Amino acid sequence: MSPQNAQTDHTAAISTRGVTRDFPAGQDVITVLHGIDLDIRAGELTFLVGESGSGKTTLISIMCGILWPTEGEVQVFGTDIYDLTDTALVEFRLANIGFIFQQYNLIPSIDAAANAAVPLIARGMAVEEARAQATEMLDALNIADQADKLPSQLSGGQQQRVAIARALVHEPRLVVCDEPTAALDAKSGRRVMDLLREVAVAEDRACIIVTHDNRIFDMADRILVLEDGRITHDGKDMPEEH
Amino acid sequence: MIWIAIRMLTGDRTKFYGLLFGIAFSTLLITQQLTIFVNLIERGASGVYNVAEAEVWVMDPVSRTTDIAYAMPTTALDRVRGVPGVEWAVPHLRANAAVRTDTGDLEQVAIIGVDDATLIGLPKGMVEGSRAVLSRPDSVIIDDVGTTRMFPDQPTPVGEVLELNDQRAVIRGMADSIPSFTSTVVLYTRYSQALRYVPGTRNRLSFVLAGAADGVAAAELARRIEAQTGLRARTRDEFAGDGVDFIIENTGIPFNFGITVVLGFIVGVAIVGLTFSLFIRDNIRQFGALKAIGVTNGKIVRMVAAQAGMVGAVGYALGLLGTVAFIWVFGSDPTFKGFYIPWQIPLMSLVAVALILAITGFFALRNVLRTEPAAVFR
Ligand SMILES: Nc1ncnc2c1ncn2[C@@H]1O[C@H](COP(=O)(O)OP(=O)(O)OP(=O)(O)O)[C@@H](O)[C@H]1O
Ligand SMILES: [Mg+2]
Repeated sequence: MSPQNAQTDHTAAISTRGVTRDFPAGQDVITVLHGIDLDIRAGELTFLVGESGSGKTTLISIMCGILWPTEGEVQVFGTDIYDLTDTALVEFRLANIGFIFQQYNLIPSIDAAANAAVPLIARGMAVEEARAQATEMLDALNIADQADKLPSQLSGGQQQRVAIARALVHEPRLVVCDEPTAALDAKSGRRVMDLLREVAVAEDRACIIVTHDNRIFDMADRILVLEDGRITHDGKDMPEEH
Repeated sequence: MIWIAIRMLTGDRTKFYGLLFGIAFSTLLITQQLTIFVNLIERGASGVYNVAEAEVWVMDPVSRTTDIAYAMPTTALDRVRGVPGVEWAVPHLRANAAVRTDTGDLEQVAIIGVDDATLIGLPKGMVEGSRAVLSRPDSVIIDDVGTTRMFPDQPTPVGEVLELNDQRAVIRGMADSIPSFTSTVVLYTRYSQALRYVPGTRNRLSFVLAGAADGVAAAELARRIEAQTGLRARTRDEFAGDGVDFIIENTGIPFNFGITVVLGFIVGVAIVGLTFSLFIRDNIRQFGALKAIGVTNGKIVRMVAAQAGMVGAVGYALGLLGTVAFIWVFGSDPTFKGFYIPWQIPLMSLVAVALILAITGFFALRNVLRTEPAAVFR
C-alpha cells in the first residue's frame, strides 16, 4: 500500500491500519491477516471476495468489533474500537453495528419476530413494540407471514432472512454481512441486496459484504479481493482472473 | 432481556422440566435427609421435651441425661426448695423395670414417677383417658408409641393389667408424648407409686424439677442451685442439648447417618450443578451471539440470574413441598412421631441450591463473558 494510505482518513466509515491476526494452530501460530490497511468509505456498498480460507470472515469480524486484531488499529466512525473497554465496545456495537454471519445463532425458543427484534429489546424497547417493528422488517424481506414461527420451523433461507432482519432492524450505521445471499435463490438474493442498499447505504453509513455470489457482483460500488490475508485488488469491477 | 431469558429457559419443555426435577429432587434429598437426621438425634432430648413445665433440672453431679441418672437422697428436694428464686420444686424418678404382660411376654420398660400433687413430669397431652386417673391406686399411664410396641394388635391398652416387679399396675390412660431415641415403652405413675414399682435402695430420687420465680432467669437459677446445693443443675435447653450430645457422642448414628446425609447433600448439589451448567452450555452460543449484538456482560449475568432464580425458586419449592408431604405421610408412623422441619434446614438447602446455581452459572458463563464473541459465529 502507498505511504499516504497510512494516514487515517477521517471521512472513512472504517479504517484499519496494520491489522494482523494470528491464530494458534497446534504448537504453531498461523498468521491469517498480514497488515491490512483499508478505508471503507461511507455511502458505498463494498464487496469483499476471496478464496475460502483467505481470511474474509476474520477481517470483517475485526472490523465489526467482535474479534481482536493481534496488531494494528481499527477505527469505526472515528472511534478506536479496540481502545474501548469491553462494556463500552459492546455498547458501541449495539448502537452502530449490525452483522450477519454464516452462523445465524438465532434463539430457538423465541419466534422469528422476537429474534429479529433482539437488538431493539437489548436497547430497552418493550417486547411487543420491538416485535411489531421487527415484523415490518420481516415484511420487507418477504417473510412477514413467518413472524410467529420458531427458527426450527423455518427453512434455511428464511432463517437467514430473520438474521438479516435482526442485523438491520435497529438501523445500524455499519452493516457487515458474511455471504448474505448464499442460502437464497436469485430473486430473494436480489431483494436482500436491495434492502441492504436501502438501509445501509447512505451518506453516514457503510456496508461490507463478503460474497462468492457472482449473480450480485454488478451491485457493488467497490470490490476488494483478499488473497492469503492480503488485499490484492481494489476497484469497481472484479479483476479478470476471477 | 429478562423476557428472552425466561423464554430460553422454558422454551425447551423437556430440558426445563428436567432442570426443575433435578433441583426439586436435590432439595428433597437434602431437606429430607437432614430433617430425619436432626429429628432422630433430637430424640435424645425427648425426656426433657415431654416435661414442659420444668425450667431447671437438678441432679447428682455425675448424672448426664434423663436416661443416665444417678439417684440422689430425698433430702435433695428440700435443699433445692431452700434456694432463693425457686418458685417450686418437685421430685422426679426415672428407672427401668421388666414387665410381664398377660400374654406372658417380657418387656423392658421405663418407669417415670411424677409429682403426686401437681403431676409435673407427666406429658401435657393425653391420647386416651385423663391425667387424673393417676390418683387411683395402681394406675399407670402408658405412652402412645410404647403402646404400638407393647400392644400392636389392640385398639386400646386401657384396662390392661401388668405385673411390674411383682406389683400390680393397671393401664388407665395413654399419653401423647415424644418417643425416646430407643422407643422404649414408658409407664408414667405417681412418684409414691413408682417407689413401690422400683425396689431397692435408699436413694430413689433421680431428678428434682424446679421452676423459677418471676424475674429470675432459668440460667441464673441453675447457677444459684449449683452454688448452694453442690448438685448439678441444668436449664431445660441445656439439658435437652445434653441429651442430643449424648446420642452424638455415644451412638454410631451421627457418623453413619451423617455420612449418608453428607452424601445426599453432595449428590443433590452435584445434580443441581450439573443440570444447570448443562443448560447454560446448551445456550452458550446464544449468549455469545447476544453479546456480539450488543448485550453487556452485566445484562447477560442478569439474564442467567433470572433463569437460575426462576428454576431455583420453583424447583426448591417443589422439593420442600415434597419434604413436607413426606413428613406428613409418614408422620402417623410411630418412628416419625413428632417429626418437624427445623427452619434452619430449608434455609440451609435454599442457600445450598442458590449457591450452587450461582457458582455453576458463573463457571459455565465465564467463557462467554471473557472471550471474543466472534467465536460463536464459527
Ligand atoms: N478461531 C480460529 N482458530 C484457529 N484458526 C482460525 C480461527 N479462525 C480462523 N482461522 C483460520 O484462519 C483462516 C481464515 O479463516 P476465515 O474464516 O477468515 O476464512 P474465510 O475467508 O472466511 O473462508 P470461507 O470463505 O471458507 O468462509 C483459516 O485457515 C482458518 O482455519
Ligand atoms: Mg468465512
